[in-house]
Amino acid sequence: MASKTRIKLPEKTAVGDVIEVRALINHVMETGNRKDAGGQIIPRDIVKSLLVTFGNVTVFRAEFGPGISSNPFVAFYMRVPGPGELVFVWEDDAGVRTTERTPLLIG
Amino acid sequence: MSSDRAPLVELARHVKILSRRDVVLGGSAAGALIALLASRPALSAVTEAVPAAPEPPPTVSSSRIPVSDGLTHSREFDDALNAILGDAEPAIGEPLTLTLPDLAENGNVVPYTIAVESPMTDTDYVRTLHLLSTSNPQAAVAAFHLTPATGKAMVSGRMRLAKTQDVVAVAELSGGQLLVSIRKIEVTIGGCGNE
Repeated sequence: MASKTRIKLPEKTAVGDVIEVRALINHVMETGNRKDAGGQIIPRDIVKSLLVTFGNVTVFRAEFGPGISSNPFVAFYMRVPGPGELVFVWEDDAGVRTTERTPLLIG
Repeated sequence: MSSDRAPLVELARHVKILSRRDVVLGGSAAGALIALLASRPALSAVTEAVPAAPEPPPTVSSSRIPVSDGLTHSREFDDALNAILGDAEPAIGEPLTLTLPDLAENGNVVPYTIAVESPMTDTDYVRTLHLLSTSNPQAAVAAFHLTPATGKAMVSGRMRLAKTQDVVAVAELSGGQLLVSIRKIEVTIGGCGNE
């Protein structure tokens, strides 16, 4: 199931700048601890990781547990290596991947 | 034990040991205290206090880090922390900071920020930041793997908290050093859907 994502980068960057990157994916992050009205446990269903790469270099990797709020949001930093493309890959419990590509603009 | 000390000083010393040390030392210290008291009939009036002296320890975790007043750390948290720390002795506090609100009305969405003062160079950077809960059903909330390309060791997000508890951040540095930061947070309505 592809989920809606939102990436936020500064509008203007320069090579060498350290910039904030904000990434969000719409997801229920079902913990596996809750029960439905019938008393049945609702199966766990979470986004378990986010990998961010630039070129072939890993910039940032997050592992999420059920203790992360729904629609997992994370803000982190990176040093701008130059113009290029940031690739965000989220993976859920079922192994389904959601990929987002965002250009990093210089100038 | 030195018999030339004043008996009450000697007694106070043992009582202090009892209240401070964990279960392992508690047994032997209690034995020593009982032996001490048995050999000193003059102190029999104090003997009644002995069984009450050790705080009930089984619920107190064997945590290697400080526990905030009135709180406990779950067994799962201790296991998760031990798995990260191994045999290493962590430094508590700076340059690692964990920022949380003092009070969370809604435990489903609690903002957090983990930061380490680090140059983030190829030879000196923060490798991993762990976020742990001491009282959620699952202790491991998140782990963030940074690289020199990250540029700045600061990560923010939103977490769930089941109830009032200590939240713990652990930083692993490239040189192998380990840092721990602990923050107590009051939670009005718990998240995690474990009710």
